[in-house]
Amino acid sequence: MTLQLRIDDDSWFTACALSDLIPGRGVAALLPDGRQAALFTDRAGRPYAIENRDPFSGAQVLSRGLIGSANGRPFVASPLLKQRFDLETGLCLDDETVAVQTFAVRVGVS
Amino acid sequence: MSTPPTIVVVGHGMVGQRFLEALAERGVTNRARVVVLCEEPRPAYDRVQLTSYFSGRTPDDLALGEPDFMDRHGIELHLDDPATAIDRESRTVTSRAGRTFTYDTLVLATGSYPFVPPVPGKDAEGCFVYRTIEDLLAIEAYAKTARTGAVVGGGLLGLEAAGALSGLGLATHVVEFAPRLMPVQVDEGGGAALLRTIEGMGLTVHTGVGTQAVTTDDAGVVNGMSLSDGSTLETDLVVFSAGVRPRDQLARDCGLSVGERGGIAVDEQCRTSDPAVFAIGECALAVDGRVYGLVAPGYEMAETAAETIAGTAEEASKAFTGADMSTKLKLLGVDVASFGDAHGHAEGCLDVTYSDSRSGVYKKLVVSPDGKLLGGVLVGDADAYAMLRPLTGSVPPVAPEQLIAPAGSGSVTLGPSSLPDDAVVCNCHNVTKGQVTACSSLPEVKKCTKAGTGCGSCVKLIGQLLPQSGDKGLCGCFPHTRSELYEIVRTLRITSYATLLDSHGREEARGGDGCEICKPTVGSILASLSNGYILDGEQAALQDTNDHFLANLQRNGSYSIVPRIPGGEVTPEKLIVIGEVARDFGLYTKITGGQRIDLFGARVEQLPLIWTRLVDAGFESGHAYGKALRTVKSCVGQTWCRYGVQDSVRMAIDLELRYRGLRAPHKLKSAVSGCARECAEAQSKDFGVIATANGWNLYVGGNGGATPRHADLLAQDLSDAELVRLIDRFLMFYIRTADRLERTSTWLERLEGGLDHLRDVVVHDSLGICEQLEAMMATHVSGYRDEWAETINDPERLSRFVSFVNAPDAPDPSVRFVPERDQIKPDLTFLTLEGTRAG
Ligand code: SRM
Ligand SMILES: Cc1cc2nc3c(=O)[nH]c(=O)nc-3n(C[C@H](O)[C@H](O)[C@H](O)COP(=O)(O)OP(=O)(O)OC[C@H]3O[C@@H](n4cnc5c(N)ncnc54)[C@H](O)[C@@H]3O)c2cc1C
Ligand code: SF4
Ligand code: FES
Repeated sequence: MTLQLRIDDDSWFTACALSDLIPGRGVAALLPDGRQAALFTDRAGRPYAIENRDPFSGAQVLSRGLIGSANGRPFVASPLLKQRFDLETGLCLDDETVAVQTFAVRVGVS
Repeated sequence: MSTPPTIVVVGHGMVGQRFLEALAERGVTNRARVVVLCEEPRPAYDRVQLTSYFSGRTPDDLALGEPDFMDRHGIELHLDDPATAIDRESRTVTSRAGRTFTYDTLVLATGSYPFVPPVPGKDAEGCFVYRTIEDLLAIEAYAKTARTGAVVGGGLLGLEAAGALSGLGLATHVVEFAPRLMPVQVDEGGGAALLRTIEGMGLTVHTGVGTQAVTTDDAGVVNGMSLSDGSTLETDLVVFSAGVRPRDQLARDCGLSVGERGGIAVDEQCRTSDPAVFAIGECALAVDGRVYGLVAPGYEMAETAAETIAGTAEEASKAFTGADMSTKLKLLGVDVASFGDAHGHAEGCLDVTYSDSRSGVYKKLVVSPDGKLLGGVLVGDADAYAMLRPLTGSVPPVAPEQLIAPAGSGSVTLGPSSLPDDAVVCNCHNVTKGQVTACSSLPEVKKCTKAGTGCGSCVKLIGQLLPQSGDKGLCGCFPHTRSELYEIVRTLRITSYATLLDSHGREEARGGDGCEICKPTVGSILASLSNGYILDGEQAALQDTNDHFLANLQRNGSYSIVPRIPGGEVTPEKLIVIGEVARDFGLYTKITGGQRIDLFGARVEQLPLIWTRLVDAGFESGHAYGKALRTVKSCVGQTWCRYGVQDSVRMAIDLELRYRGLRAPHKLKSAVSGCARECAEAQSKDFGVIATANGWNLYVGGNGGATPRHADLLAQDLSDAELVRLIDRFLMFYIRTADRLERTSTWLERLEGGLDHLRDVVVHDSLGICEQLEAMMATHVSGYRDEWAETINDPERLSRFVSFVNAPDAPDPSVRFVPERDQIKPDLTFLTLEGTRAG
């Protein structure tokens, strides 16, 4: 089984095998247009994908943050200065003026 | 084009600086030229904390305001150039360097000068005053050749100066004319309690005697004092601290009205008799006929004057009519506080007192006939000060006796919750409880209200007023502290984070994903207790990113590498390998503050390649990324040094190898010095060892960093085996009971019973757990394996070290470097640019 992201209107990009992910941790994927995505699965096996770039430092590191859940919402904490980002909406939970892009994800069979 | 108005400020002390900040906050610095004449050779500093210079704060630490404050607001500051004359006719000020400034508004903030009684010999070599950093530097230098010191004056400042002299190693005398110490603040009972405590600290106090003369030797150097009771005192150094007088000479010379006993007379807006001239701070005589020698009223005057100058004449909204004289003495070891109407001057008021002459505790509250708290004096135990001061002026919720009775005898400790919202909790900045509770953290409080940034005596209370105070839980997932979780994991033998979260987490967090706070904490507890490879199974998902990649993440997403160099000892061959690795991978190389070498700028996929070479050469992980043992620094010791009495290098290496890899609530640092000269700085470490002729002294709880703390001596003259056993116990007891990210220093400060309790537990085994603690350390020592050696030999583990899961060979193109002093540094411009391009 693979993890696929929607990178434009209706094309899905296969990023990796689902088994490449440890629940609770992330990996980074290089997209065809040179952008980077951070992929995660949570404890229940649900996949998430957001931009890898930490908007506070500019560094491509969000995939290396720890994920968690608060009030039922999944988030990742930046490994640099620990701001939290909602994994579904991309909104920064510590500064509402900041957000990261999110990608739709699905589990593919190929 | 009209020229902007000019505001000239004379004096750049605490109040002058506050005035400038108040002007800037009101935007006045944008529309006016502001010129400041400063007599001292350095810009404004925290005079209130002056004495902390002797406990290690540097003059730079004492500086007030942001470093770029003057530049940012375009304020012209002339250091070392006092004003010498004012011409009110032509509205000009002349300085000593001969500069002349024309002002539209003039603000005098010249402070006070120390009063030196006109006794013979007062100007002799060895006589000092205590007001400026320069005074302290001079006293410090002179004290090196002195053995005895005397302070003239037993008030607040005199006692502070006496504490400082005694801290410099001088046998110290205090000579006070009044019949008791601190006569302004405390009453007779308080003075008696204070006397006992001060004498208990080894100072000699002479009350009720005046200083008649300072005597000198043939060379004119101080050698003693003669006192009004006919006695004499031998002393090498005299500090005058007999009160201060407002510096009003400039004002007098230009014909401004001054008070009979000094002070530049001002109205409620801090205007002098000339409406173009203001006076604020200690040089001003307020409308209530008082000159205030404290910083809080000065700050209020600064705000008032700034408000008046910023506003139009009609709408001067602020007024300074007088202030409260509350003080808390910061002298080490003696708690003294007085607040409100401490002497009971109000009509018909009543006293409630508690006194225990054995322990030197004296407390008095002054209460009005209708039950309002008017003021009080606390000596020997001033814990209640922070709570009582804000209650002043209102009827306390419980009987006054209960507020001052000793713990356990019917006393009631008022929680901060019982304070009304308008109670002033920070006196220095006049901040109320309501303003504090509107914020959510101490940094926010400091930023938004300035509370806590003055004398600091309110910080404890503020901490209690802020949220999360009721809930000691680690985070949103667990209601327990780290040490409670440790006990749960240990006694229930829990081996997984998920099990712990689902069985002991907060209701709403069970079944969830936890968070970035508790995951690494529990990861560390599991590692301390089980000693396995930290990146196996579920454990891998718990580690902070640094532990996950066994390296330290840097700001551009690259990593740094710190190989362990036990005791700081390294062979030329190993140094060459480090050099070659750094050269081949293009890494920035720096000697760290911990006697080893840091290599910066590696990409994730380079880490295993680099470590393969390092491991081959015999290096191990230095755990610079872990909450674990960092370094054990050493000095060369007996082997080379002419003073050394033990082999400090060998001991440092032994200790570093023994405790390497030990996971703890926070990082652990150590050092071993070969003699009391302490070249390895062991007393600033979590555990530090200093050689003696008979063995080793063990110090614990030291810290550098943000809040430095000198370590405490735990045990003396230990043999090698005794030393190691005691450190084993100490470390395991810390790991077991400390909170998350609590260094040994803060842990020891918090530990109930402090050092004595610690000694009872780890030296005298009062809890009967030492055997267990030693056994746990033995398990750690025997189970230690190098994390990097394990990683590079395991393909499965290695597969994690890639920049991209779908392109394992591709380097991350955003990690770029530019040259810097013949090496590299991160290309941060690229990272910002990339953001603008993508966004
Ligand atoms: C490299 C080094 C600076 C240097 O160029 O010399 C350094 C670098 C860092 N220090 Fe340090 N500290 C270094 C010696 C020190 C020292 C001096 C010493 O150890 O003798 C101190 C004061 C002593 C002490 O800790 O008591 C020190 C006090 C801190 C603190 C404040 C700790 C405190 O208790 O207040 C932090 C922050 C923290 O740990 O929370 C910190 C945190 C850091 C971090 C880990 C910050 C971070 O999270 O990125 C830095 C990362 C280093 C890296 O990426 O490799 N560093 N740091 C030094 C590494 C020593 C080593 O070989 O392991
Ligand atoms: C050791 C010590 C401990 C203290 N502890 C406390 C405490 O715990 N709580 C408390 O509230 N207060 C305390 N104080 C008092 C507090 O420091 C003062 O109230 C405060 O500094 C007053 O500020 P100011 O700006 O009026 O005067 P200062 O801070 O004295 O500043 C006046 C400045 O003006 C300069 N100056 C004078 N004449 C001229 C001139 N003609 N031209 C240019 N510059 C000139 C002086 O050199 C000085 O730098 C303490 C003071 C000392 C010395
Ligand atoms: S601490 Fe003592 S033995 Fe070690 S180098 Fe310094 S003087 Fe020499
Ligand atoms: S009371 Fe002095 S800083 Fe708050």
